[in-house]
Amino acid sequence: MKTIKLLALLFISSLVFTGCSDDDHDDDHDHEEEVITTLNYTLTNGNDVVVLTYFDLDPDDSVSGTYSVSGNLTANTTYTGELTLENANDEDAEHIQEEIEAEKEEHEFFYTSTISDITISKTDMDDNGNLVGFDTTLTTVDAGTGSLTIVLKHEPTKPNDDNSTNAGGSTDIEVSFTVEVE
Amino acid sequence: MKSRKLFLIVLLLISNLAISQNCTYTFSGIVEDFHDKSVLIGATIHIKNLNKYTTSDVDGKFKIENLCVGKIIVEISHLACDKLILEIDLVDDLYRIIDLEHHIEELEEVHLRSNSKTEETSIEQNLKKEVLESFSDKSLGDALVTISGVSSLTTGSTIVKPMIHGLHSSRLLIVNNNVRLFDQDWGDEHAPNIDINSANTIQVIKGANTLRYGSDAIGGVIIVKPKKHAVKDSLFGSSLLSLNTNGQGGNFNTEIIKTYKSGYFFQLQTSIKRFGDFKTPDYYLTNTGIKNINSSIRFGFNSFKKGFDAYYSFVDNEFAILQSSHIGNVNDLVQAINSKEPRVIDDFSYDINTPKQSIQHHLGKIEAYQRFKDLGKLTLQADFQVNRRKEFDTRVGDLKDVPVIDLRLFTTSLQSNLTIDYLEDLKINTGLLGRFQQNDAIGGTGTEPLIPDYEKFDFGTYITGNYKLNLITELSAGIRYDFSSIKAEKSYSIWEWDDTYNYDELFPEFETGVIDGSDVLTEPEYTFHCFSASLGLSKHYTNDFSLLMNYGLASRIPNPSELFSDGLHHSTARIEVGFLTMEKENAHKFSIALERTNSNFGFAINPYYNYIKGYIQLIPFDTVTTIRGSFPIWHYNQIDAQIFGVDIDINKRISDSFNYRGNLSLLQGDNLTEDIPLIHMPGANITNNITYTNKEYHNLSVNLQHKTVFQQNRYPDYNFSTFNPVLQENVYVDISSTPPTYSLFNLNSSMSFNAFKEGTLKVEFSVHNLFNTSYREHLNRLRYYADELGRNFNVKIKLNY
Repeated sequence: MKTIKLLALLFISSLVFTGCSDDDHDDDHDHEEEVITTLNYTLTNGNDVVVLTYFDLDPDDSVSGTYSVSGNLTANTTYTGELTLENANDEDAEHIQEEIEAEKEEHEFFYTSTISDITISKTDMDDNGNLVGFDTTLTTVDAGTGSLTIVLKHEPTKPNDDNSTNAGGSTDIEVSFTVEVE
Repeated sequence: MKSRKLFLIVLLLISNLAISQNCTYTFSGIVEDFHDKSVLIGATIHIKNLNKYTTSDVDGKFKIENLCVGKIIVEISHLACDKLILEIDLVDDLYRIIDLEHHIEELEEVHLRSNSKTEETSIEQNLKKEVLESFSDKSLGDALVTISGVSSLTTGSTIVKPMIHGLHSSRLLIVNNNVRLFDQDWGDEHAPNIDINSANTIQVIKGANTLRYGSDAIGGVIIVKPKKHAVKDSLFGSSLLSLNTNGQGGNFNTEIIKTYKSGYFFQLQTSIKRFGDFKTPDYYLTNTGIKNINSSIRFGFNSFKKGFDAYYSFVDNEFAILQSSHIGNVNDLVQAINSKEPRVIDDFSYDINTPKQSIQHHLGKIEAYQRFKDLGKLTLQADFQVNRRKEFDTRVGDLKDVPVIDLRLFTTSLQSNLTIDYLEDLKINTGLLGRFQQNDAIGGTGTEPLIPDYEKFDFGTYITGNYKLNLITELSAGIRYDFSSIKAEKSYSIWEWDDTYNYDELFPEFETGVIDGSDVLTEPEYTFHCFSASLGLSKHYTNDFSLLMNYGLASRIPNPSELFSDGLHHSTARIEVGFLTMEKENAHKFSIALERTNSNFGFAINPYYNYIKGYIQLIPFDTVTTIRGSFPIWHYNQIDAQIFGVDIDINKRISDSFNYRGNLSLLQGDNLTEDIPLIHMPGANITNNITYTNKEYHNLSVNLQHKTVFQQNRYPDYNFSTFNPVLQENVYVDISSTPPTYSLFNLNSSMSFNAFKEGTLKVEFSVHNLFNTSYREHLNRLRYYADELGRNFNVKIKLNY
């Protein structure tokens, strides 16, 4: 009889465990909160505004994102550059940018162009007096076509030689636009 | 009874055939514990009608020579054991394995012979308590690597997955306390959650011949066994402290056991492990510490006729993962591969920062058995497991302390096993299993779950038999059937569902019709029927030789990650894609073992061949351009594969105090579909041990070990080129090349002293990586980023009381 009682106990306890685990199936399907879906690099010189945009609604799928450039840059011009980041999946799309701005010490943007006479300099600094790169000044000289690459490093060595390859850290953004100076 | 009569008649017939009365026969064998198959030393073997005596030796062996043909009545007795009387009609040399119901011995150190078997014909190897203790502050996988044919797939030095004959994860069954472990074993970086300190013996079965635990043991079975307790009034325990220079940490384990004459026992065990950053010969591995707390509690009742065993264990692991292994894109990976050192090298710290894993595993079970006269033993068991896995990545802002992966896996099962052993020569095991499993991808991670919510039901039934064909030969055979049904809930982007994978045409029945933005909600549902079988033959010759032959048919259903993975796997920095089209994997494994069990000169040669149809592998497929830049995509695919090799073990007594022990493992894996080598196959390796022992002087033992792991030259070339926009050039991504051959030397020494009244104190000193060699291991997932560990000095103090 003892064995039977014990068996009953086993069965009951297993039922109890099963019961406990059965949580209600609420909608706990998550959307990507952390991702950056949109990068806008807006270059302004008076009425001459050029916007470079990278957009990928779901960066974690196996589909590549899209590049768009609103127009050509003008030769011998100095633009004020402003970089904005968004997460289009988030109701508060600019939240991601605020978060990175709050951790400026751990982040830095790097700008490079194959058009050799373009110069881009970062104008904003973190609390330690090191460059960040949300705000820039871009100066063009001669006409030409090439790429403009923007890299965001997380936890780079700061200060550094402004070369993303030597700065260490891990890459959060690496986008490369085709631009024309005319 | 009918079969017993039949057996007698057959025996009589055979004995009548014996031409003349010849008194040259030998009755030999081995006496072992009925429960855990440990050998019994000093058992008396008395042939009553001839009044001949002998006792079993240190290996449990005995031999009585010059016996005549005819009936002998043998009484086998041992301290605190029930006497066993056997009537045997001797017609030839006879070898017998005699099981005694035994208890008291287990209070002392348990002596195990190297080939004590779960099944008589299976090819197994064991790790006994003393060996496990020297791995007290390491993992299960680290200890198992000492067995030939077992290697490990690691993530850094702390996350270690065992690998048998090149196979790991879902292809190995890990059985802890008779409960099959379910802890999200599908990921390469998911180590089994078992505290090695809670184990008394670990058995490794190389192959699919143990149908009792499942049909999917394509690689093999690892059985973690607890201690059996004596039926007497006693209170005893042990504490072990282990301290290391590398990682500046260690482990403390303590256990206390109370046993009663009535058969009741109670056991409590706890271990705490803490390490900081480990060090290679040249630099600290920043963020590689561990924090573990494990506890287990066991109580039960033990008698020959009936008993029960209740067990609960809790494992809480926190593993830091090398900070430098966090990469953003392929170019970061290239930079890591090309630079000789990890990008972040800080001073020593105990801090556990991101990336890290935090895993909690609960396991509980109740097992009860009853023996029935003229039938056998019926065992019933109920168990449950909860596995909570959180993986943390380097994130920004509010999400810093939020895991990227948060999964809870709940498993419960009810099972029965009936051992029919009342027949002299035939032993049958049969049983039923019902299991329910539920995975919950817990919300709030801010990421799409890599593994979706699912529910799974399993039902299994098996029958295995072992038949003593004649005096030296045993045959075993078994079949098993498993039914599984799995139902998941998962969103796909409509675009991928319809166009990329064409699932809308392949699996329209999975669609629920619910569309959420650009996503379609689906409910994939599968049912699988799996058949598995085993066939074994063993021959035990009188001169310590034995020959074992095994065939195993195993069948494994695709695991959830192979079916449903779809997205970024943060901890591996790649997009992993599983497919709903996966089918089950079927394997045929043939193995032979020729063994000689002898302490003067023994060996085991074990060649094997495993053909796996529909082998599921995860391989680099492509790259995708994301905002982070170029990012690798890995796909699961299915191919036909073969893995074959040989394991060789040798032991030789050089002199009274010197012993040699060594093993060699050779293995080749082929992707037959594409005619290329199989990915992630262990390289050839060889181990040599020379041990000096002096029992007179505090049981002094000094062991020098050498291990060489040869470069794996057979690997599939999945290298590719990617454009680096910063450098404006294509860079070559060499993810396939393997690190060169390395050799390690380890030293281990121990001494025992008497302490207090009845206790013993054992002190162990060891040095790992004696020459501080810098090396990288092909099967370490972090081999692109950093070297393996440098020299470590370890001191262990164990007190038995």
